[in-house]
Amino acid sequence: MSTETNWDALQAAEKLNQPETQAERRAPARQRTSSNVELYSWIYMRVSGILLVLLIFGHLIVMHLLEGGVSRVNFAFVAGRWAGPFWQTWDWAILFLASIHGANGMRIVITDYIRAPQARFWAKMLLYTATVFMLLLGTLTIVTFDPGAALPRF
Amino acid sequence: MFTWVLHRVTGVALFFYLFAHVLDTSLVVVNPALYDGVLEVYHHPLIKLMEIGLVVAVIYHAVNGIRVTLVDFWSKGSPRNRMMMRVQHVVFAVLTLGAVIPMGAQLALEISERF
Repeated sequence: MSTETNWDALQAAEKLNQPETQAERRAPARQRTSSNVELYSWIYMRVSGILLVLLIFGHLIVMHLLEGGVSRVNFAFVAGRWAGPFWQTWDWAILFLASIHGANGMRIVITDYIRAPQARFWAKMLLYTATVFMLLLGTLTIVTFDPGAALPRF
Repeated sequence: MFTWVLHRVTGVALFFYLFAHVLDTSLVVVNPALYDGVLEVYHHPLIKLMEIGLVVAVIYHAVNGIRVTLVDFWSKGSPRNRMMMRVQHVVFAVLTLGAVIPMGAQLALEISERF
């Protein structure tokens, strides 16, 4: 098949392009180290993406399609759902996975479109701040939620 | 190219939505009456219309993302990309109709109740 990759030829070609030139061997150690951050972020987007499809489609079905849709969502509805650990965990998993998935995507978009180094740096700082804020606020919301808060106390 | 652009556009939009959603849901631990009040505002037809757009954006980003993941992780994904694009368009259409019809009905109900 013409679309099959010729792995043997590719490997042979890569052998000829060995990065270990004399100049690189003489380079100080810190220049020779590399990290796998981009690789792991690439993998994370796909793995978290698949999980999020399941989690979020479930969330949308419960909120929009079942019994009356989003107009029935109020404090009492949330109190019913977050009474037990299943939906608490489900919703927190959406928060955590989606925040990192989205923040990583935004990081890539910022890197692509903001060319000026300082502006790019501060845009990323703003992004990371907003992301941490979302994670903390969302976690706090789920953990400190009190279903009895609506009951009149006075 | 267009698919890639739409994937980015929907992704950025969804990120901003997520931020707003975490904020409005956090009201649940601030004041239950305030939370209910804000959700009442969300019943307005204009906001219901934006909700439909949101769901369509989620469907697009998810379905396209699944195809991208298949191409990346499945050895037979890349040669089958054209076929998967056609399947993607069908799946997207089916899911969008499945979402827009009930949500559109609720929107129509909301409009008829207000005007």
